Amino acid sequence: MERVNDFAFKIATANGTGSASANGLIMQAIFRMGIPVTGKNVFPSNIQGLPTWYEIRVNKHGYTARTPVFDLMVALNAATYAKDVAEVRAGGWLLYDSTWPLDDKLKRADVQYLGVPLAELCNGAFKGVRERILMKNIAYAGALAALIGIDTEVIRQLTQEKFSKKPALLASNEKAIALGYNYAKDHFPCPLPIRLERMDETKDSILIDGNTAAGLGCVYAGATVGAWYPITPSTSMMEAFKGFCQRFRKDPDTKANRYAIIQAEDELAAIGMVIGASWAGARAFTPTSGPGISLMNEFIGLAYYAEVPAVIFDVQRTGPSTGMPTRTQQCDLMLCAYASHGDTRHICIYPGDPKEAFEFASKAFDLAERFQTPVFVLTDLDIGMNDWMVPKLTWDDSYQPDRGKVLSAAELDAAKTFYRYYDHDGDGIPQRSLPGVHPKGAYFTRGSGHNKFGAYTEDADEYQEVVDRVARKIQNAAKAVPAPIVKKTPGAKMGLLTIGGCHAACVEAMDSLAKDGIHLDYMRVRGFPFGDEVRQFLDEHETVFVVEQNRDAQLRSLLMLDTGTPLTKLESVRYYAGFPMSAHHVIAGVKAKLEKAA
Amino acid sequence: MTYIAKPKVHHPSLKKNALGLTRRDYEGAITTLCAGCGHDSITAAIVHAFWELDIAPHTVAKLSGIGCSSKTPAYFLKEAHGFNSVHGRMPAIATGAGAANHTLTMIGVSGDGDSLSIGLGQLCHAVRRNVNMLYVLENNGVYGLTKGQFSASADPGSMSKKGEANTMEAIDSVLLAMTLGATFVARSFSGDKAQLVPLIKAGLSHKGFAFIDVVSPCVTFNDHEGSTKSYAYTREHQVEVVQADFVPTRDEITSEQEAGTAKSVMMHDGSWVTFRKVAENYDPTDRDAAYGYIRERQKAGEVLTGLLYVSGDSRDMAQQNELGDAALTTLPFDTLCPGSAELNKLQARFR
Repeated sequence: MERVNDFAFKIATANGTGSASANGLIMQAIFRMGIPVTGKNVFPSNIQGLPTWYEIRVNKHGYTARTPVFDLMVALNAATYAKDVAEVRAGGWLLYDSTWPLDDKLKRADVQYLGVPLAELCNGAFKGVRERILMKNIAYAGALAALIGIDTEVIRQLTQEKFSKKPALLASNEKAIALGYNYAKDHFPCPLPIRLERMDETKDSILIDGNTAAGLGCVYAGATVGAWYPITPSTSMMEAFKGFCQRFRKDPDTKANRYAIIQAEDELAAIGMVIGASWAGARAFTPTSGPGISLMNEFIGLAYYAEVPAVIFDVQRTGPSTGMPTRTQQCDLMLCAYASHGDTRHICIYPGDPKEAFEFASKAFDLAERFQTPVFVLTDLDIGMNDWMVPKLTWDDSYQPDRGKVLSAAELDAAKTFYRYYDHDGDGIPQRSLPGVHPKGAYFTRGSGHNKFGAYTEDADEYQEVVDRVARKIQNAAKAVPAPIVKKTPGAKMGLLTIGGCHAACVEAMDSLAKDGIHLDYMRVRGFPFGDEVRQFLDEHETVFVVEQNRDAQLRSLLMLDTGTPLTKLESVRYYAGFPMSAHHVIAGVKAKLEKAA
Repeated sequence: MTYIAKPKVHHPSLKKNALGLTRRDYEGAITTLCAGCGHDSITAAIVHAFWELDIAPHTVAKLSGIGCSSKTPAYFLKEAHGFNSVHGRMPAIATGAGAANHTLTMIGVSGDGDSLSIGLGQLCHAVRRNVNMLYVLENNGVYGLTKGQFSASADPGSMSKKGEANTMEAIDSVLLAMTLGATFVARSFSGDKAQLVPLIKAGLSHKGFAFIDVVSPCVTFNDHEGSTKSYAYTREHQVEVVQADFVPTRDEITSEQEAGTAKSVMMHDGSWVTFRKVAENYDPTDRDAAYGYIRERQKAGEVLTGLLYVSGDSRDMAQQNELGDAALTTLPFDTLCPGSAELNKLQARFR
């Protein structure tokens, strides 16, 4: 059966062999052909040698969630042959390096084997071990191009753009692509029934990963201080921020930097630097992952209680402990919502894709400064490190940062008195002063008990007055966090509620469920504390499926805690084994719950 | 309460500095430390130094961690922003604040528990980064607020108030700072205001991380026999021990001495510390020689005081980060945000 623009393939290689550029090339070429495409990099916590996979899904309907069903496997890693062969769907194809014979035990009757002698071809065409290995990985891109019908002109353009400044590399890349391409053309009926046809569905889109988008978002938000400690999968966010700063944040005359990036000695220091910089008046942030948040807890409580803004990006990975650093999960929802000892509750926002990661960066700084408190932006490895096809990023040039109630020198001068923690406006948000501005603004920032005037206290009433106001302030933020995305289906009595990157899988699953007569209203929450809209959605449906990626149904717990919704009406659908969620997880989960209820 | 406002009564004859401010204008709240605490003497020296340097108080950020010493920023410069952060982590706050606004004058006050145990890593990295600040380590070898546990600067063999002997080696903050490449290293004694004030002034004027370890006797928890701080050899002077089994109201210890001389000073617990002031012709610009000299005097049982090392080519964190003259906090938003046109151009990269 022919499957045009609707199939998936997987490429199995070893880490550190240059396969990333070949995989990127294939994905980009499909995108340039106007066909919706998604890439998921499944990589080890390793620099060289361990198995790595790249999954590409082509879907004319624009479904971008991961699919675990592969029509074609490019099996180039002998160490994982057995596993890779097993993953091909019945009736699918397997491309392997036929320089060496394939073990008969690995053969399946329901899979067609496509042997391309990649090593032999490259050993003949290239000199030197390194180049032979690298070019072997480019050669399979050529073979794939022939097999699934990637436009050769698009590939040629892409390689020329990529190597425009390295003519020697351009020549060998083109040669390697041609080797693979011609071999496939000569030996197999190209293209296969799974093939590409030009579309026009990507011209308003880009391919971008969430860490790059979030780093760019911080530049646009006017962040000037970034402090960090490298941790997978957040590392590339600060690298992106640095790259964009080098481009956009140099004083054209003096060449002075309009940013400071500090690589801290650990996450404890990184968040301390963010708090120090925010306290001094900068927009400051730190990207990290779950283990980093664990270390930052003490300081987060200080920022919460002393009311200092801080923006923390948590690119979640599987926990607990070191967990699987290169696999994805949404496992820090509870950790971030209530980080640190004592009574705390934090503003959290949850981008669903890289575009929102970009947009929520400026939102996070606005919230942190307006509410004078730490704000968490929770993405995950899938959003952060994989290339997503999203609509082009846009920027509103009329945007002005919301710096909150920071008093200027003139305002302080005119003020009769300044009390740091006094609720002037009845909204729970006190006025703030920055160091170095005016003598009247001076106060003592402390994590120890303080009264509304900013003075140390051990007085019961004075203490409670301040912590109660802070609680009120955070509750008020429910109205200011990004509103949930809602999609109503006429007549639906049940709802499906999810968070973050599960969006793609849920949208696809709901279309499929609707075909089976299961109609659901949809909500994706984007901010915590949850607002009235979330409460209302839970109230007006007899059952709500809560879809998330962690073992303990953390989102469901948050919903119960924050809205008082009874557990009985929240049906949990979870997948948490480390891969991005697929539609089938949602479909199977929902159907299983419904069958159980029936 | 550790926050008691001082009455604002100025004697008309008080001397004024170039800003027209008296020393009283550089004070803070009334101390709540034990009477006679060495830390209060250091606070007085800090007040004096800022006043003499004509620094406007509101241009200063005073930072600390947790502990007795960390309380002291409340007791000076009431018109400066203060930040009493978390235990051992003041350097991170200072680093961030310094990156955001490098035009602030920053002073950090810490103790030996705060700096040499829980915060040792942060101290080391602030030294490495050469954060532009004065860092005062008020060193008494003991945890005061939790009532008398050894700190990492307690000398081997010294006894706690409960009679336990310290068996571990001491961390010497000055040698540590020297090893880490600190650009300004000094040691002094809380009782020697004549030495301390100029050192604080020098530290505040230094561009980079200025580290001053100040031996500051704890009046309460070193107040017992056996608390040697490794100065047992002077025990013959113990006839002058002041015996007390309650937290006494004490006078602060003061001491004056000539440069180049050694002098023994009795601590509250009756032990003796021999301070040697570096000679007037001492060369503080040779790191290796300075290190050797400190070690040599240590072996002789002396605590070498004075400006021990200063680097001639200190590049502070702001310079290393190639920041301009203006603080990052003052840059207008339109110089920070590239705008929509650039965003459109940039996105060709993502297609």
